[in-house]
Amino acid sequence: MEINIKEQLEQIRANAEKELAEIASSEELEAFRVKVLGKKGELTKVLSQMGKLSAEMRPVIGQVANEVRAYIEEKIKAAKEQIDKLELEKKLSAEKLDVTLPGKARRAGKKHPCSIVLDEVKDAFISMGFTIASGPEVEYDYYNFEALNIPKYHPARDTQDTFYFTDDILLRTQTSSVQVRTMEKVKPPIRVISPGRVYRIDEVDSTHSPIFHQIEGLVVDKGITMSHLKGSLDLIAKKLFGEDIKTRIRPDYFPFTEPSAEISISCFKCGGEGCKFCKGEGWIEIGGAGMVNPKVLELLNIDTEEYSGFAFGMGLERLVLRRYNIDDIRMLFENDVRFLESL
Amino acid sequence: MNVPYRWLKEYTNVNVEPKKFSHEMNMTGTETTGFVCAADTIKNIVVGLIEKIEQHPNADKLVVCSVNVGKAENIQIVTAAKNMKEGDLVPVALDGSVLASGKPINAGELRGVMSYGMFCSVEELGLATNDFPGSIEDGLLILNNGACEFNGKPGDDICKVLDLDDTIFEVDIVTNRPDCLSIIGVAREAACTFRAPFNVKKPEFTTCGGNIADHLSVTVEDSELCPRYMARVVKNIKIEPSPLWLVEKLRDCGVRAINNIVDITNYVMLEYGQPMHAFDYSCVDGGKITVRRAAEGEKMNTLDGQERILDTEMLVIADSKKPIAAAGVMGGENSEIKDDTKMIVFESANFFAPSVRKTSKKLGLRTESSARFEKGLDPNLTEEALDRACELICMLGAGEIVDGTIDINNAKTEVKTVPLSHEWINFYLNIDASEADMTDILERLGMKVENGIVTVPSFRSDIENKYDLAEEIAKFYGYDNIKPLFFKADVRSGGFTEEQKFEIRLGEALRASGLDEIMTYSFVSPKCFDKIGLPENAPERSVMKIKNPLGEDTSIMRTRALPSMLEVLSRNYNYRNPYAYLYEIATVYIKNPDETKLPDEKKVICFGFYGDNGDFYTLKGIVESILTAMNTKECEFIPCADNPSYHPGRTAEIFADGKKIGIFGQIHPLVAENYGIGGEVYAAEIPFDVLYEATAPEKTFKPLPKFPAVTRDLALICKDETSSGEIEKKIKALAGPCLEKIEIFDVYKGAQVAEGYKSIAYALVLRAEDKTLGENDIEAIMTNIIGGLEKDGISLRK
Repeated sequence: MEINIKEQLEQIRANAEKELAEIASSEELEAFRVKVLGKKGELTKVLSQMGKLSAEMRPVIGQVANEVRAYIEEKIKAAKEQIDKLELEKKLSAEKLDVTLPGKARRAGKKHPCSIVLDEVKDAFISMGFTIASGPEVEYDYYNFEALNIPKYHPARDTQDTFYFTDDILLRTQTSSVQVRTMEKVKPPIRVISPGRVYRIDEVDSTHSPIFHQIEGLVVDKGITMSHLKGSLDLIAKKLFGEDIKTRIRPDYFPFTEPSAEISISCFKCGGEGCKFCKGEGWIEIGGAGMVNPKVLELLNIDTEEYSGFAFGMGLERLVLRRYNIDDIRMLFENDVRFLESL
Repeated sequence: MNVPYRWLKEYTNVNVEPKKFSHEMNMTGTETTGFVCAADTIKNIVVGLIEKIEQHPNADKLVVCSVNVGKAENIQIVTAAKNMKEGDLVPVALDGSVLASGKPINAGELRGVMSYGMFCSVEELGLATNDFPGSIEDGLLILNNGACEFNGKPGDDICKVLDLDDTIFEVDIVTNRPDCLSIIGVAREAACTFRAPFNVKKPEFTTCGGNIADHLSVTVEDSELCPRYMARVVKNIKIEPSPLWLVEKLRDCGVRAINNIVDITNYVMLEYGQPMHAFDYSCVDGGKITVRRAAEGEKMNTLDGQERILDTEMLVIADSKKPIAAAGVMGGENSEIKDDTKMIVFESANFFAPSVRKTSKKLGLRTESSARFEKGLDPNLTEEALDRACELICMLGAGEIVDGTIDINNAKTEVKTVPLSHEWINFYLNIDASEADMTDILERLGMKVENGIVTVPSFRSDIENKYDLAEEIAKFYGYDNIKPLFFKADVRSGGFTEEQKFEIRLGEALRASGLDEIMTYSFVSPKCFDKIGLPENAPERSVMKIKNPLGEDTSIMRTRALPSMLEVLSRNYNYRNPYAYLYEIATVYIKNPDETKLPDEKKVICFGFYGDNGDFYTLKGIVESILTAMNTKECEFIPCADNPSYHPGRTAEIFADGKKIGIFGQIHPLVAENYGIGGEVYAAEIPFDVLYEATAPEKTFKPLPKFPAVTRDLALICKDETSSGEIEKKIKALAGPCLEKIEIFDVYKGAQVAEGYKSIAYALVLRAEDKTLGENDIEAIMTNIIGGLEKDGISLRK
């Protein structure tokens, strides 16, 4: 009898081992646990025969039974860990997504390319302690021309064909008008940029627009020299176009600066060696600059013995077209959603 | 302006490669945009002597020529040309040659007879008939046609004998340097650039006696508009074509050769920059020239055959009866040099720049002459130019110069002097140039430097002060040699203003709502107001009108941003883009009633969309999220049925603190139709300044509630036309301070609700600050709400 119970226990252990090896899911495992260790399980059934045992045998068989139980529990635990791990892997693998499919949320809107570049320009200047000024687009002749040393019938007006409302009121042709307005209001030291729309009579084609943007800069302080103009343009170009960019200035003429300069930067496509993009020149013209003409300063009651300054202006669209490789300026004003969303 | 290298070298012995010349000139301020040399294209075209012409054996229209091209044996050329004869010299494109157009020419068989080249016309050499006296358009260029002296021999390279091997620079002269609108002026700059010698010979000529006073008298009535008038009379004129060398120089400068007299005036203008004119003396009535303002409405035919109507602001050169030239712009047809002209008047005058500019603008007539005068010429230039013209008359044997010059000189020509300020210039440019270096540069530019004082020549009207001198020094010292330095400045606060920061955040909020930024024109079509259904008397119709617009469509400054937005939506719709969600912070220009004042420029936030299942509530959602993002004061949305641009039942106005801050809604279907947009379009317009002012004060932290909240649902039945906004307002008033939050969770119309009524369900959150609300408190609040609503015909849904 004793032997028989012991044998039965050993049998349970041996069977359990065999069955466990074939169990693959946590449901099966639970069913197995109930079948073997449950209240009505095989082990309990065997142990119910314990009453028939002799007093001295009971502890011995009890000992064996406990060992078997502990052994099986141990095995079940190990099997459960294994099964859980496999099941998780299976689940995760079943949940696998094509991560290259498009996202679902409504996309955020895009900045206009002109704003993208203009914002970078503003940030660059703000970081150098500049403020941003604005002035009216519909402007008096005085601010746009007269105060900038361009009297009526000055030939320089030829290069800026102007839209007029009356003989005295026009659409500004240059943001330099804001220079004058700034110097009227603010005493030196002045460090300001004024970006904005300007207007010139130009038939619309791939390179011309009657409306475009300029970014004007003005610095007036004690002891400003041509070196500072050059150094500042250098720094600005590096901030806007990258550390490797070189700047070149060469003589030009603007009635409100003296000396005046045309600003070019080394071609950001070829680095200055000459390519199709820069028409083989290695340089790209980006704007004009110069030392503020003392006539302008004097008109605004700034003492030219004490103060001097420099000013510069750049066309925004030109930067945008080059930056994004856009070959037609009309794209910027057409506002085709496909265009706007592509940048 | 074209500058032939060879002509320039007559004054300075600069001799560098064209590429280097171009670069260096650019760096000293004479912008050289490019250069060409015809001989770089034309290859292997030589002078040929036609020795024999025979009929082609197989073709009636062809002949076979035996041509001497300077080689041991003649070559055979087949041609269809007719205008040559034996003994003619013609350009011959040999086997393997290239024409000016780039077209290659090879030997080939023509109807069974070999042709070892081709005879050329002027066009095939890249020329026009004016570029070679006596040449014709349809036919070969006969080089020894007798109209001018031609010295080439068979076998000579055509580029050499016609001077096609010169480099011609294209230069752009800045507007304050009219002295450089001349070969001599550019040569002077080149000489200084390359530190080369510079020399202009004083013109020499002989006169034939007589006295100009016996032939001509000149009166200048308006000496302000004509500071100087000089004239010479030349008699026994023999009109003929100019010699080839002169024609070639004009050709290289892009000027058509006409005849010796006209060519001389053009030659002097190109060389010295002083426009000249020649009148046929027989047409100067009374031998009297008056420089006067035109009478109002006075008429004259200019040389181009056009009738011009003049006015009193224009200056004319007149004889005793009629105008014979528009001063400084163009001569009159009536006094033109003709083939039988026997005696001429040479005019070399100085005219007031603004007047020439004005006249040229008004007449719509811009000439080489007006382009120079309108920049302001040196009054002293007239004399040199007139002398040079006389010298050329003598050189060409074109006539005999009568003794005496008329010179009416009212020009103010004080000698300008400027101190050199050597140290200041070094400071201002931050360079280290010696006084001797500076002196050298200035003297090469024609200035005199003595004892630290610079005497400025009269042709440099642009130089007035030390800054101008500094610029000259900078240019020729080299901008490249100026050290770059960043300016030293006190630490001070730069940065964006509050309003600028607000605008940056606004842009972020708009984009976060899925709107793309657009950029549109500030000027629009006056038709846009009709298109958006604006009534005739709307204040927006009072606009700034551009006097000289590009076209009707861009002729007024916009007073509303909406038309620009609809225009862009429409364009996208036409491109079949399935959706467009766009915004613009647009400037509008509100006319000032006082027309001498500037308009008020205001920014307006405008956004609009179509497609992608967007509806009114999509729009309202965007509006709400923007108001929240911009921390706008609490807003109320009030239905708006009377804005003609918007749908009367799907539009709301936004109010903050009782003040209207904007409008949004579905665009009126008729307006959408005007813009050709099918389907529903939505838009909003919010003035920037109003929104900015409606910003709520910054929120401060409120302690989190200590007592629990209770939620109660309230399902109501009301009439269809009652807006939920009204009900919400009532509930808020009736509930008192314990109402923390109210939200709609359902709106229902249908079977269980009577016709003409709807059901709206609200979720109320109630909480007291100082205690836990008891059942009685809640009951009291709810009873009050329900009772109040019932009085207004809003009942509890049973």
